[in-house]
Amino acid sequence: MIEGPVSTILFAGALGFVTISVVLLGRILVGPTMQDRVIALNVVGSNVVVVIALLAAAMELPAFLDVALVYALLNFLMSIAISKFTVEQGGVL
Amino acid sequence: MVIQGLIAVLVVGGLFFAFVSAVGLYRLPDLYTRAHAASKSDTLGSILSLSAVALAFGADVATIKVAMLVALMLITSPTAAHAIARAAHEQGIEPWTRGDDR
Repeated sequence: MIEGPVSTILFAGALGFVTISVVLLGRILVGPTMQDRVIALNVVGSNVVVVIALLAAAMELPAFLDVALVYALLNFLMSIAISKFTVEQGGVL
Repeated sequence: MVIQGLIAVLVVGGLFFAFVSAVGLYRLPDLYTRAHAASKSDTLGSILSLSAVALAFGADVATIKVAMLVALMLITSPTAAHAIARAAHEQGIEPWTRGDDR
């Protein structure tokens, strides 16, 4: 882990994104329809990708970027799978 | 020093657009308007923050991965929001119009 202003800025940014994600959990709980929850979950997922990338830069661990790439792909796949599933009611899964 | 200021500006800009997206998801009246807030401002916030990460890594192999991540977010985030909104439309959820209560 490096010390310095850049690292502090990146950690603070990661903290802000985590706070926004925690606030968005309220929308996932409230709904009211299933698609509302999925859209909020998609936004939380992309915020988590950004948090992982910010932590990778702040702690100088480039290997975290691979985790972020896989997380972004899985996040996209989850949204597409759930929207297919709600239309065809199990036709694709 | 210039790089440092640029990183700070990009992180703050990304946080601002993520905050706008969260406010939109809470305050807008129905699914379709919320999809609008989620897809556009959240994508812009992610791309600004990832640009800050790319600047922090500098000239490195990791920067190429960050560029791939930016391209991936730019393509997949609006596509996912579009797919969900279309699924809602095919399920018969009516859009909000002026005069409906929320």
